[in-house]
Amino acid sequence: MLSIRRIKRLFLYEIVRGLALTFMYMFRRKVTINYPYEKGPLSPRSRGEHALRRYPNGEERCIACKLCEAICPAQAITIESEPREDGSRRTTRYDLDMTKCIYCGLCQEACPVDAIVEGPNFEYATETHEELIYNKERLLANGDRWEAEIAANLDADARYR
Amino acid sequence: METARVQDMDATAGDVKTRPFTLNFGPQHPAAHGVLRLILEMDGEVVERADPHIGLLHRGTEKLIEYKNYLQSVPYFDRLDYISPMCEEHAFVLAVEKLLGIAPPLRAQYIRVLFAEITRLLNHILNITTFAIDIGAVTPSLWGFEERERLMEFYERVSGARMHANYFRPGGVHQDLPDGLADDIWAYTEYFPKFLADLEELLTENRIFKQRTVDIGVATKEQALDWGFSGAMLRATGVAWDLRKAQPYDVYDKMDFDVPVGKTGDCYARYLVRLEEMRQAVRIMQQCLKAMPQGPVMTDDHKVAPPKRGAMKRSMEELIHHFKLYTEGFHVPAGETYTAVEAPKGEFAVYLVADGTNKPYRCKIRSPGFAHLQGTDFMCKHHLLADAVAIVGSMDIVFGEIDR
Repeated sequence: MLSIRRIKRLFLYEIVRGLALTFMYMFRRKVTINYPYEKGPLSPRSRGEHALRRYPNGEERCIACKLCEAICPAQAITIESEPREDGSRRTTRYDLDMTKCIYCGLCQEACPVDAIVEGPNFEYATETHEELIYNKERLLANGDRWEAEIAANLDADARYR
Repeated sequence: METARVQDMDATAGDVKTRPFTLNFGPQHPAAHGVLRLILEMDGEVVERADPHIGLLHRGTEKLIEYKNYLQSVPYFDRLDYISPMCEEHAFVLAVEKLLGIAPPLRAQYIRVLFAEITRLLNHILNITTFAIDIGAVTPSLWGFEERERLMEFYERVSGARMHANYFRPGGVHQDLPDGLADDIWAYTEYFPKFLADLEELLTENRIFKQRTVDIGVATKEQALDWGFSGAMLRATGVAWDLRKAQPYDVYDKMDFDVPVGKTGDCYARYLVRLEEMRQAVRIMQQCLKAMPQGPVMTDDHKVAPPKRGAMKRSMEELIHHFKLYTEGFHVPAGETYTAVEAPKGEFAVYLVADGTNKPYRCKIRSPGFAHLQGTDFMCKHHLLADAVAIVGSMDIVFGEIDR
């Protein structure tokens, strides 16, 4: 008895259909992107490399309230502070161990002056561990470098925060 | 991979005494799904006994959480079952909310259900396609990862991270959906069944796939219940048990969806159940998007939820709340709760004991994969070595949650 099922079985029906489908996919638009030159989209909320921001007049925002240090679940942040010559309280040390950080974003949520933020940069791989232990200068330099993007992102997301 | 004990040969006596051949499968084996180490006792190519060894990814999450306040604990849940992060967060925030006696606003509940179902898609796509790789079909994973990338983009737009979202919070969700995201998710739900149809075209009727899965790794209804199976593993055996129906949380009681049930309890039935669960997940997502009301996404009790940033910068009282919440955190009244959610892998639960301070006294995590892994021995028994790979693949184990 030749049932339809047996005929299908004999002529590799489902395999041919599967092959035809994969063959059709060959003519579809490619979804891969040429990474270092093309990049996927990032939302304004994207949590990447940290940065310490400044006010437009060049004054650093961080007031050493240590909320980020307190909330950090991975204890990646270390802050020491003392009053500056002009009497304002600033950090003397702001270390951020990027290898401890779990990128949860709680530090930027906690910061009352929007000083520590997680910027849009995700390309900061290094060859050594030491290079990923960021100090205050490095974080401020990040802030200067990414300020335009960070400010635009904060602005875009401001009404949801 | 092969560390073997040699056969004992007593050549002079003329008869051959054999000991089982012990095969060390994993932890560095691509089909071991992470860091599973299986000690297989083989009789030729037939598995006589499978002994899973765990603990290679133990990170002490439960103990860590005892030293973190409730807000700080949320990101750790993302990292348990890193294939379905938001469902794990869901269990924890529901447990904390139960102890606090608060309910999140309705919109937050809808958003949570929406993202729990996106998470279900993420998980099942990964499981089905990697299961297919284990069996020899590579194409589904190439397509599946493309879809996962799109879904993770939704994650990224809502939370800022593609995987470890830290998005669900006690009292609601962190931020509202950004403009346009709901429309994009809706468009995606209309497209997704087409992808599922293509995926099915490759696998469901394929004779090689069926030869490798049908009647492989059968668990009976009794065995599944005895060994504490849940989720797709349990439903594939024919038990219609789904926590979203049995004890609905958030707005699952308002959702209209079916619970797919398998008949045979083998690898193929598990595959079919997961496939149908994805279709139901799309249904739930569409209902969520249709019914989602406007409104706040976080409870307005500022003893639990931090105030909006604008309010925090203008009002002294809100600033004090902000400082209190981000240093000390909120205190949870003494009590205990066992709160379970239907995570994609099964019943994921948190047993939380609070002692009235800002940190949990104890946080026991019940992971579905742990219970499923116990079944390796009876499911693999008398199957071939290659079938052990199929069985491990169909169990949907992720070591982040098993070793914790």
